[in-house]
This record gives sequence, structure tokens and C-alpha cells, in this order.
Amino acid sequence: MKLGKVIGTVVASTVDSSLEGAKLLLVQPLADDLTPSGTPIVACDTVQAGQGDRVLYEGGREAAMALANWFNPADATVMAIVDSVDGES
Amino acid sequence: MIAGRVVGTITATAKHPVLVSHKLLMVRPLNAAGQAEGKSTVALDMVQAGVGDTVLLLDEGNSARTILNDGQAPVRAVIVGIVDTIDRA
Repeated sequence: MKLGKVIGTVVASTVDSSLEGAKLLLVQPLADDLTPSGTPIVACDTVQAGQGDRVLYEGGREAAMALANWFNPADATVMAIVDSVDGES
Repeated sequence: MIAGRVVGTITATAKHPVLVSHKLLMVRPLNAAGQAEGKSTVALDMVQAGVGDTVLLLDEGNSARTILNDGQAPVRAVIVGIVDTIDRA
């Protein structure tokens, strides 16, 4: 999983039918020092993350498997809301 | 698998059920010279590793599900070993 920060919510009324009902979040990937790094992605949410939350997200097939109906095209899914990051860096 | 160094611990209360009761550790890859370099991956700890340990990081879904013995687990990154020594040429 990777660290990210929710910087927005995405509403898309016209989506592929298999994405209907999915809550979409705009997530900014974070470097290890928690500064923004790279291009924001749109991820599906499973933990009711909100604006400004620091989160963990997973990509690939696991992103789809994390959703209730796992046969879906999700390629990034928020898996956790981070309470704290304690490290040596 | 890759060799990496544990550089941080993540705590998260609100998370996907599959993550419950697993320690979440940040693992930064080791470069050819053995320095920890680049962006970390957050992995499920299966071997009680701690910050500063050199570990084996496995980052592939099918293998992770085999280790977790759960065919539906939306997990990719798991720590599967603590490295004692790496003898380089």
C-alpha cells in the first residue's frame, strides 16, 4: 500500500455501470516525509475517508478485490485512514 | 521479493477488515550498495519485524494471498522474512 492524502471528492454521474455507487476520492500520493509527490489519482473508498485525511491506498487487482462486488474496474482503492506515522526518517 | 529496510510504523484504526490485527510497516527498498533508497511501501508484517530491520518484502497479490491463506484478501505487500546478512560480491 502507499501513503496518500485525500484532497477532494469526485462526483461522476456518468460512469461505467460497474463503477456506479462507488465513492470516488481525489488522493495525492505522499513521499515518505509526507510531502506531496506525483500526480493525484482517483481512488474508490472503503473506509469513509474524508477531505484532508491521510490514507493508505492499494492499486492493481487488489483495488478491485477490496470492494464488495469485486468484479469492477477499480485500479486504486483507499484501504485505511492513517492515525499516525512513526519512523526514523 | 526485495530486500528493504523498515523505516516506519503506521497505525490506522479505520481500515479494511483484512488489515485488522496486522502491524503495518513502511519498507524502503535497498539499492545495490545496501542503502535504503526511494519511496516506501506499506506492508503487513508477518514476522514481527521492527523499525531498522532489514526485511524481505513481497509485493505481489497472489503470493500475499497464499501467505495470508485467504483467497479473497485484497493485499499485495507482506513482510515475509527478517534478513540476518547479505554478502555482496
